[in-house]
This record gives sequence, C-alpha cells and structure tokens, in this order.
Amino acid sequence: MSEKKILIVDDEPSIVLSLDYLMRKNGFQPFIARNGEEALEIAKNEIPALVILDIMMPGMDGYEVCEKLKSNPLTNSIKIIFLSAKSGKEAIEKGMSVGADKYLTKPFNTKQIMQEVMNLLQ
Amino acid sequence: MVGSSIFLTLILYLVLLFGIAYRIDLSKKWRKRIAGNPTVYALTLAVYCSAWTFFGSVGAASTYSIEFLTIYIGPLIVAPLMWIIYRKFIRISKAQGITSMSDFISSRYNKSIALNRLVTVLLGVGIIPYIALQITGIERGLETVISWGDKSQANFSFFGFIDMAFVVTVGLGLFLIAFTTRKLQDKSQNHGMMGAIAFESIVKLVVFIVFGIYVCYYIFDDQSQVYALIPDGELKLNTSNNFSQWFGMIILSGLAFLFLPRQFEVGVFAASNETQLKKAIWMFPIYLILINLFVVPIAVAGNHFFSETDVDKDTYMLALPLLNGHKWMAIFVLLGGFSAASGMIIVATHAISKMVANSILLPSFIDRPFFINRFKGKDHKIPVLFRRISILIVLLLAYFYYKLVAVEYSLISIGLVSFIAVSQFAPAILGGIFWKHGNVKGAFAGIVSGFVIWFLFLVIPTLFGGTVNKNYIMLVTESIENNHGAIITTVFFWSMFVNASLYVFVSLISKQSNLERNQAELFVNIYNYSESVESSVVWKGKAFFPDVQSLLSRFLGEQRANYELRTFTEKNNIQLDEKEELDSRVVRHVEKLLSNMIGSSSARILVASVTKEDQISMEDVVDILEESQKLMVLNKELNQTSQELKRLSDALKLTNQKLKKNDLLKDEFLYTVTHELRTPLTSIKALSELLTDDERMPEEIRKEFLQTILKETNRMTRLISQVLDLENFESGKHQLRISHADINELIVYCTNTMDETFKKKNISLHIALDDTLPVMELDYDRITQVVINLLTNASNHCNTTKGEIWVGTRKSNNTVIVEITDNGEGVERGMEQVIFEKFFQADNKGTKKSKGSGLGLAISKKIIQLHEGKIWVEKDETFGAKFIFTLPFEQNKFIVA
Repeated sequence: MSEKKILIVDDEPSIVLSLDYLMRKNGFQPFIARNGEEALEIAKNEIPALVILDIMMPGMDGYEVCEKLKSNPLTNSIKIIFLSAKSGKEAIEKGMSVGADKYLTKPFNTKQIMQEVMNLLQ
Repeated sequence: MVGSSIFLTLILYLVLLFGIAYRIDLSKKWRKRIAGNPTVYALTLAVYCSAWTFFGSVGAASTYSIEFLTIYIGPLIVAPLMWIIYRKFIRISKAQGITSMSDFISSRYNKSIALNRLVTVLLGVGIIPYIALQITGIERGLETVISWGDKSQANFSFFGFIDMAFVVTVGLGLFLIAFTTRKLQDKSQNHGMMGAIAFESIVKLVVFIVFGIYVCYYIFDDQSQVYALIPDGELKLNTSNNFSQWFGMIILSGLAFLFLPRQFEVGVFAASNETQLKKAIWMFPIYLILINLFVVPIAVAGNHFFSETDVDKDTYMLALPLLNGHKWMAIFVLLGGFSAASGMIIVATHAISKMVANSILLPSFIDRPFFINRFKGKDHKIPVLFRRISILIVLLLAYFYYKLVAVEYSLISIGLVSFIAVSQFAPAILGGIFWKHGNVKGAFAGIVSGFVIWFLFLVIPTLFGGTVNKNYIMLVTESIENNHGAIITTVFFWSMFVNASLYVFVSLISKQSNLERNQAELFVNIYNYSESVESSVVWKGKAFFPDVQSLLSRFLGEQRANYELRTFTEKNNIQLDEKEELDSRVVRHVEKLLSNMIGSSSARILVASVTKEDQISMEDVVDILEESQKLMVLNKELNQTSQELKRLSDALKLTNQKLKKNDLLKDEFLYTVTHELRTPLTSIKALSELLTDDERMPEEIRKEFLQTILKETNRMTRLISQVLDLENFESGKHQLRISHADINELIVYCTNTMDETFKKKNISLHIALDDTLPVMELDYDRITQVVINLLTNASNHCNTTKGEIWVGTRKSNNTVIVEITDNGEGVERGMEQVIFEKFFQADNKGTKKSKGSGLGLAISKKIIQLHEGKIWVEKDETFGAKFIFTLPFEQNKFIVA
C-alpha cells in the first residue's frame, strides 16, 4: 500500500518545514504548495487524501481554494483542514461553511494536528 | 316667479353660511384648521373687496377711466408693509388684551375713555354709510334682475313694507348674533365667522372670473374682440387724466386698507399668529389681481350693449346676461355680489358693534346698581346682551341710512367718503406705534380736525343732496385749489395734512402723563416687552385678592376665574395671600382678561372700582421699564450662554468621535500586530515540539530546525522593536536629534553596510551622487534607518537572477532628492499609497504581502515627515520600483511628532 498523500498549503517556509517533517515521520507523503494556484494544480494532479490549508496567503486565499476543491467532482472528496492564525468566531464559521472538515488555529500542537489527520483519514 | 327663485337662492346661500360657521364652531378639529391657516387668513383679508368691487368697479371702468384700479393698487403696494405694521398691531393687541380699533387707540393714549368713545362714534359715522352702501348694492342687483323686462315688479316686497334688503339685513344680523356673541368669555376668535368669510371670498372671486370668461368667450368670441371696442385713445388714468389725483387715490386706498375697521378685525384681532402674515402678504395681492382681471372687458361689453339705454352702469354685470337671455347667469352673478356685500356687512358690523358695546354702552351701565342687581350671578350675560343690542343698532342705522340717503348715489362715491373717514385715524395709530412722544391731546386734535374737514366738505353735501351741494362743493374746493374734478383727493389731502400737523404739533407742545409714557414705551418698543408686558406696566395702588377674584368671577365664572388666576400666579411665582396687598401684576392681568371680553374702558372702570389706585410717579415708570429691559438683557445673555454651551458640546461630540475612530484604528493595529507575531510563534512552537519529541532526528535536520527557530525569534524581536519605534514616533516620545550631515556620505555608509547582502544575492549596485549638495540638517541615525530599509526592500524585490540597484542624489528647489531603484517587478498599480501604511495588507483582505513585517515603510514615512520631507514610490519605466524621498536643506524647526 502506497503512502497516503497530504498537501500542505502555506506561504511561510518555517511552518511548511515543520509540517513537512511531521507528516513524513508519520508515514505520509507530503506535497508543498506556496499559494492557492499552486495548491489547486497539485491537488488535481496528485489527488491527495487531505489538505492542510492556510487562509491568509498572497493572491487566492484559503477559503477560495477550499470552495474550488469542494466544487470540483475530481477533488471534492479530499478532506480539508484549515490551519490559520485567524481565530475569530466569524473566520471559523466561514471556514466550515465553505466545506472544510476541520478548523485548527495557529499556533498549533503537533500531536493534536496529527490526531486530527488520523481521525479524518480513518 | 323670478323673484321667489332669487329669494330662495339667497336664503339657501345664507343657510349655507350658517352651516359653515356652525360646523367650524362645533368641531375642535375644524377650529384648529381655520385658526392658524395662512390661506384662510389671506382670504379673510379679501373682505376688502366688497359689493363696490363687485358692481362698482365695472361702473367706474365704463367711463374708460382706469381710476378704479387705484383702489386695488393702494393695498397691493402696502401689503408688504403689513409685515411691519400689522405684525406690531398683532403683537400689541395680544399682549394688552385689545380687541377693537377704538381700544387700540385709547390704550395707547392715556387709556382715555373719552378718546375711545370719540373714535367709536366717528368710525360709526364713517362706516355705517358704507354698510348701507352694501345693502344698496344688494338691493340694486335684486331690482335689476327682477324688474328686467317688467317694470311693474320693480319694488319687490312683502306686505308692502318689508323689502328684500330688510330680510337680508335681518338674516346677517342673526348670523352675527349667533356666531360672535355666544361665548364672549372665551378668547376664541370667532373661527366660525372667519371660516364663512373666507368661503365668501372664494365665492365672489370664482363668480367674477367665471363671469369674465362668460363675457369674453361666450358672449364674444375672444377677449381681443372686446378690447377692439374701446374707442381710440379713450382709455385714461381718470376723467381729467390727472396724475396727482391718481397718486392721491392710491395713497388713500392704501391707508384705508390698513385702517378700515373690518381689515383691522380680520387682519389683527382674528390673527392667530404673526407668521400667517408671511404668506398673506403675497397671497392677498394675487387675489386682488385676479378679481380685477376682467373688469375692463366687462365694462366695455356693457358700453357696447347699453350706451344708448338707461341701464345703470353699476348693474352691467347683471344686465349683460339678462339681455342675452341667460337668467341663470344673472342669478349666479347676483350670488357673487351678495357674497361680496354680506362679507363686508358681517365683518364691518361686527367690528363697529363691538366698539359700540365695549366703548359706549358697557362703560355707561356696567357699574350702575340696577344692572348689578338685575344680573346678579349672571354678569357674563351683560356683555352678551350689549353686543346683541349694538349689532341691531348698527344694522338698523345702516338700513335707515340706505332707505333715506344712499339710494341717490353711485356705489363708488360713498365708499370713498368712508375711506377718507378711516384715514383720519392713520396719524394717531401710526404715530402711536412708531413715535413715543405722540400724546392724547395730539391725537384728539388731529382726529377731530380731520373729521371736521371731512364732514364739512364731503358729508354735508351728500346729506343735503340736490342742487345745494353742487354749489357748495364748488365754492369750497375752488377756494382751496382750482380743481373742480378732484374733490375726493383734495379733501383727502387737506384733511390729512391738517390732521397730521395738529397731531404732531399738539403732541410736541403738551406733556404726556406718566401712564401714557408707560404705554407709549410698550407700544413703540413692543418687541422688547411682549414676553413681559404684565410686569412692564406700571400700576400702583392697593388691591386685595378676594375683591379682584370676585370681579373676575362675575364675568368669567368662578371656575374659569380661579383657573386663570392660578395659572398666572404660578407662572410668575406670585404668592397669593388674602390679607396681604395684591401684587400689581395680578391686577394688571385681570384688567387684561376683562378687557379681552368687555373692552378696555369697561375693564378699567371695573378694576378701579375694586382697587384704590395711586398716582404713578415718573420714577415708577423709569424703574419698571429699566427692570424689564434688564430682564431682557439677562435673557439675551442666558440665551448666548446656552448657545455657547451647545457649541462646546458639539465640539466635544466631535472630539469624542475622533477619539473613537482613533481607538478603532488602534484596535485594528493591535490585532494586526498580534497576528503578525503569531506566525513566527507558530513555527517556533511546532519546531520545538518536534525537536523535543523526536530524539532520533538526523543531525542536519536538527540543525536546520534550530536555525529556523533562531531566525523566527529574530523576526519577532525585529517586529516588536519596530512596533515600539512606530508607537514612539506617533506618540512623540522619539525626538529627532538634528545635526549637520553630508547626505552623500550617509548614503555611502549605508551601501557599505549592505555590501555583504548584495554580494550574497549577486546584486550589482550603481551609485550616482551630486557632489554640489550642501551640508544638511538631519537626524543621522534615522535617515540611515530609512535608507537601509529602502535598500533592504530593493534587495528583496529586485530581479532574483541578475539583481541591480541604483542609488542617486540630486537637488531641486532647496531640497535634496534621494532615489533608490531596483529592477524587480515594481509595486502593483493602485498600491502605491497603501504600502506606506502599517500592515497595509490588513486582515480584511485575507491576504498578506510576501515579505517583511509591513512596518518598515510606515516608519520610514514617519521619519521623512518629521524632517518635513516627502516619500513616495514610482514605477520606473524600464526598471522596477523607484522609491524617492526628499529632504529640505534646512529644518524650519527642531520639532518632532
């Protein structure tokens, strides 16, 4: 059985660095996208099992990426976790309303994020 | 047959008038609607247009003289003056409880009862013939219609002696008794009657216009056809084409309009508030113009048909439709004429009878023991009784005058005689409200002399009629001026001249009493006192509460009297003690209340009967007026203070709003800062967790993690120090340390500092400096910060493979210009301003800029601004972004923030 693919979308290299290592260590195959456009491209090509998605990015923001993924029959089964510094109630509600499966806030706990990924992929 | 249908029409019309007045009096809603309504007010002013207007104008115009117009041009010209004169009348009357013209005059002049009576008698003499003239108008109209083609029916009457005019007179008398005398104790202003008068004004205007259209477009085909009938050159100012006579007539009718008792009644005493005047002064002139629109064509048409017959020129309006067989139109016109006449009769009789009752009858009887005993407990019925008696007297006098004298004369001449009579009051009234020195002796002298002239030269001739008068008038006028035609204007001029001269002359040579001086001050400067007339009127004497209270109860009823007294004393903070002497303001107020109801003379007699009045000294007058004035000043100051307070509170509100907005900005800033801190914090936390949990981590990864943590920590530190920096600049804690510096040297220093970074990134640097720049005054460290910041930005944004940066200085107009250009992509269009704001990527867009904290440019901008320079970015045509800042050669001030 091949390793499950996970797409990490964030424009902060240091955050990507930690998530990349975390996923690899737990037996996943991570892909990295620096912005929304890149994320959509990789998602279509690789069809990952799950996307960890930042919201505030240059250009297309995370909400839009999520909506596009969910509205495309090719990618709409992909699980999506928002991981954002936006912790307000409105931001979380908006995130859930565009179709995300989970909303986690930064700074995050590495064990918790792993737990959520596992739960969603069972 | 015709007679009875006309009779029925007029009776129905009268019933309609009763109905309207009754409806209004009955309902509070309607009374309110009538009371303050400026349109109704303007329409009641049109009571000026009487039967004389209706039938007489056409008669006068049939001589091809347009002198009849002067009667309307006069009022048209003085209408705007009503804002000055009538407003003052209204204010004075309201403040002093004045309800008639004679009360108005006597109140001003020493409250003289004799003057009050004189004015009443003279007005009666002047106006009763005028009322008779209206009855004549109705009667002539009736006669024309009924006797048309059948002379035998000329004298339409019942039982041989009760003629139609009598029936009409009685009907109008009943109307007056029903709607003006029922509730005298009320301050109500006879809204029912006024509503009916306004209705009559509409009727007469509509009838006149409809008839005009009927003549011009029904009898004739077109108005121009009518005008074509005017003989060439025949249309003239007046029969002798005399301009000064024309001018004199305009002044006469202007004055008459202001001082006719019926105009006073509707314009002053029936006014609810002064603002009604504003609309009336343009609406009323429009009314006058409309009602005169068709006078000339109708007269011309009349001449065309009747010049060879014995048809009376004053009845052209009836004869025209009758000749053409349109009886219905004749009856319609008759109705219009009737509305004009009856409106005038009602208001004029109301005004005169009120004076007769309040100035002559009541004061003579009110303190007679017989009356006091006869009406014990029902005193309020005394004024009602006398008012009804006076109405009957006035109408009967008018009727008999009509029967015995008026039939002989044309409508217009009696009217003008009355005009001259009422003009005699103009000097005393106008002098009274504008000239403080006018006094009662002057008023007497002026009025009496004016009336003597009027009587000798205008009344005697009409009274004795026949051939005698012609010679008499000729004799008199010839000796005054060699003008045979202009009796009216000549008598007007001389009577007014003598009247006004004597008024002024006698006033100047005789002394005013102290009471009179007090009243003069209150009349002339009413706008200063209108709020406080009660306390500005001098009254000295002994009075006790029970006496005054019982006096007031006699006329108002106990309940109403107590209510009035209570509200007044509470409003003015007056303590009522039965054993103590009564405050003079209360006495004065009671007199005003009584005066409202029974006239000022009777009120004065009654108040004097229950009090012991003292002589007023000059000091009293001066004191009390000064006090009132002080109160006024105080009031004004208070007003100013409160206005200032309002201004201050407005300013405070504004500041508060600004602060709130600042607060909001601050909140946003704080939110963004914490947000920005969260990103490095997240990496540090995640990486540390991974390092802690995974001990078997490969060495190179461990090293990379640790380096990243260090980098992110530095990023946080930088951010925090930048936030502090900016805050310190904004709050003024950071001061510039100005020193002399060479800007070129500064730039070289900065590029040297950045040298290593450039080399690492393989960026080539080009420097072009202007060595003629003077020594500058600036904060060396801060400007260095700006230049380093701009160089760092440039190095971050320039072309990644082959980066190039240009740095240059030059001078222009006492400023140094520094330019730093890179070969990157340049600043996105539309973002040129925003990038200088702190965290310009603000969270509401959900995006953020790619590199940097977002504070560097904001800080740079602040520093340059403190140096009184400017900083901005341009898109370089060939390269990327070009950042430019300017610095003035010399700092004007060494300030900060």
